[in-house]
Amino acid sequence: MAQLSTTDADREEMLAAIGVSSVEELFRDIPAGVRFQGELDLEPALSEPELVRHLEELAARNVDTTKELSFLGAGIYDHYVPAIVDAVLQRGEFLTAYTPYQPEMSQGVLQAIFEYQTAICELTGMDVSNASGYDGTTVAADACLVAKHATGRAKVVLAETLNPQVRQVVKTYAVGFGLEVVEVPHEGGLTDPAAVREAAEDAAAVIFQQPNVFGILENAPELTAAAKGAGALAIAHVDPVSLGVLEAPGNYGADLAIGEGQSAGNYQSYAGPHYGFLASKAEYTRRLPGRIIGETIDLNGDRGYVLTLQTREQHIRREKATSNITTNQTLLALAGLVHLSWLGPQGLREVGETCLSLGAYAKDQLGLPLAFPDRPTFKEFAVRLKRPARDVIRDARAHGVHPGYAIGSDYEGMDDVLLVAVTEKRSPADIDRLAHVLHEVRA
Amino acid sequence: MELLYEKSKAGRRAATLPNYDLPAVEAPEDLRRAKPPRLPELAEPELVRHFTELSTRNFGIDTGFYPLGSCTMKHNPRVNERIVMLPGFKDLHPHQEAEGAQGALELMWRLQEILEEVAGLDACSLQPAAGSQGELTGLMLMRAYFEDIGQGDQRDTIITADTAHGTNPASVTMAGYKLEKVATDARGNLDVDDLRAKVNGRTAGLMLTNPSTLGLFDENIEEVAKIFHDAGSLLYYDGANLNAVCGISRPGDMGFDIVHINLHKTFSQPHGGGGPGGGPIVVRKKLEPFLPVPAVVKDGDAFRLDHDRPKSIGKVRGFTGPFGVFVRSYAYIRAYGPSLREMSETAVLNANYLLAKLRDAYDLPYDRLAMHEFVLSARTLKREHGITALDVAKRLMDYGYHPPTIYFPLVVPEALMIEPTETEPKERLDAFVEAMLAIAGEAAETPELLKEAPTSRPVRRLDEVKAAKRAVVKYGFEEHPDLSADVGDVRQLEAQKGA
Repeated sequence: MAQLSTTDADREEMLAAIGVSSVEELFRDIPAGVRFQGELDLEPALSEPELVRHLEELAARNVDTTKELSFLGAGIYDHYVPAIVDAVLQRGEFLTAYTPYQPEMSQGVLQAIFEYQTAICELTGMDVSNASGYDGTTVAADACLVAKHATGRAKVVLAETLNPQVRQVVKTYAVGFGLEVVEVPHEGGLTDPAAVREAAEDAAAVIFQQPNVFGILENAPELTAAAKGAGALAIAHVDPVSLGVLEAPGNYGADLAIGEGQSAGNYQSYAGPHYGFLASKAEYTRRLPGRIIGETIDLNGDRGYVLTLQTREQHIRREKATSNITTNQTLLALAGLVHLSWLGPQGLREVGETCLSLGAYAKDQLGLPLAFPDRPTFKEFAVRLKRPARDVIRDARAHGVHPGYAIGSDYEGMDDVLLVAVTEKRSPADIDRLAHVLHEVRA
Repeated sequence: MELLYEKSKAGRRAATLPNYDLPAVEAPEDLRRAKPPRLPELAEPELVRHFTELSTRNFGIDTGFYPLGSCTMKHNPRVNERIVMLPGFKDLHPHQEAEGAQGALELMWRLQEILEEVAGLDACSLQPAAGSQGELTGLMLMRAYFEDIGQGDQRDTIITADTAHGTNPASVTMAGYKLEKVATDARGNLDVDDLRAKVNGRTAGLMLTNPSTLGLFDENIEEVAKIFHDAGSLLYYDGANLNAVCGISRPGDMGFDIVHINLHKTFSQPHGGGGPGGGPIVVRKKLEPFLPVPAVVKDGDAFRLDHDRPKSIGKVRGFTGPFGVFVRSYAYIRAYGPSLREMSETAVLNANYLLAKLRDAYDLPYDRLAMHEFVLSARTLKREHGITALDVAKRLMDYGYHPPTIYFPLVVPEALMIEPTETEPKERLDAFVEAMLAIAGEAAETPELLKEAPTSRPVRRLDEVKAAKRAVVKYGFEEHPDLSADVGDVRQLEAQKGA
């Protein structure tokens, strides 16, 4: 086995030093009744070339976005990942390190995540960011727990235009948290601030998404005001790539900003691993879940970084911790930092502007009725088709184009609605082709 | 070393982006960004150098020996990094139709089958993103199961060992259960008498790591399982230490009903300086209906996602879990095949070899054969020379090693928890032994070397107390504070570091 260095001679020497006669004897503390007999029923070992071939064969059975012109989104997007991201992530010192418990061994990742926290705070207008959560769904559940403890209230309000997967995860966690979950229906693709104000009475938090699941821009400042007017925390679930052109949640008064980080630096990768980000105003710092990196000085007065505010965390506080999180998504958050640094403020704004102008171009070229007319959108929009979206998708895929997501699987009465996403990787010519194919398949 | 933001200069950039020459469209004025985020502005050459320099200030398993107990820092095969970058994997959208994702679904289905075989149980969900999320998911399954059989209100307590990882009690709280702790007996097993007194009709289940965080296999596991099953309770296996027992003893055969497996420990997903991980759960048949949705199922020769699970707890993460982690772990296991047992055998051999060589120089609180890791104590060094586990750890850095986990498990004072893993050659182990013995000698003769350590790293000991007090958690640009103005006693927490 190529992973093992132990020779027969090594083994004999080592067993002698231990004072046992066989490897078998090392396991003598395991009761006979629970010893596994025989060999695991696993397929035969593969050599490296055979392994690569087997996995290449599996990969070839997937139709990825290099094989098919794709307009899929609904939470995960085909943005360009710059080469520098791959190069940095393959540095073994980053790739193969554990959590930075020993700061003198880990200044590289600690400083990088301090820089990541800074970038997230800059994007969102917040004071503090954790070092990442699992993805854009679990950070919403985490945020609910922050709000419950901050307000002493036991109800959370979710806009129905919040991504359905995020809502499902919040509902799953809410049982253990002892939280009631209330949803505010959308009106014409938009969330009504007055309805939020009413639902938020006695609520710990309101979570809305900007842009929302239909790609529509919510009136985020008013939703924030509605939540806060009812004494609830306003939690904005935002797309990091939108924040070069859209206002930062902290600047319109939101208490927490959360989101799926994938758009900034991660491949689609069939949904992971990615990172979720979670940032807040300073008053919630000591309630936040997860790792937080802080600056300090060493014996010589030189600057350095450590895991900090650890008295929030499971390894110190155990059952009284703010969360059970230990492993997070550091490497993916590092990818986010590298990507955002590659873009810089100007590049981030350009990506956002390109998504806006491509979206307008696509709406024009497709010439299909919008599911929610006259609503400004970012990166994604919903069109109504003449027949079920599932059928249109099937037929368009036969022409080598995946036209988008059939959102009727998440919302009633929308079986004929297609959600179309355009990133900076889709050119006007690609959109022309989409329009042509949708016309061909009588969408 | 300067921060990216300190190297930034207005007008520089690394990105080149397409310009499609379309009419400009602006966001509505009331929603438009007023002031740009202060992201770094650097051209690519300096950006590459920045991250390369940072990497040189970091230590990974590629750099050297990393015996961080309970973290299973084994080699991560490079071929897996090549495989995971195949476009068919990395560029696959999770909303792709099942028909266009057959390779991904088959890979996940195959991994589920493998994990069921390794765990000795019947059904698997790959969805949880990490071990602690696997724990929480397992507890949610317990709740759903007991509610389904009409005992939901009755069973409100989870029992954990006093040696448990902090995640166990934290997960219990998050799942809305009460916590009861059971003591460890003189041999390092669960105290069965204490257990009997605490298990009753209110007990939903046990959470246990076996081998424990002491690196010891619980010799009474069959009796423990019987006590819980007789009370109608369930047993949860924290798979943090599964690397000891693959093909040697299966959690399902030990009597556990729910298992989580840390793909980033046992099955070699690189941990990336803190994550990603993967925490699939494997369960007994009667718990299958409650697993998260969607399930990955096989119909004839085709694979699909099954959302129609009316008793499911719901979702704990987006989509079907961290797919790239599954690719690496699947590839890792396929490279071993049925001889996965050799992995665990070698891990246990390496641990016992180190134990045999170090037991005379340090205290050994539980004198038994170890499994894949073992716990020493520096309490004699502390009593006789004022040298703590923290000092030993810091001095190891100067010898070129990542320290073991320290101050954990909590039942051992001045704990040093050492896990070499199977991928270290004997020569590395011997060199580590020499370093540990040299440090024990230095503790007596030149203790100041330990107190001042490390001196060979990019920074000296860092003040953790000041970091928590000042809480400087982002760069402040013009208003960034200068912490060096207030150099005083540097204080580090003699608290758990690792696991």
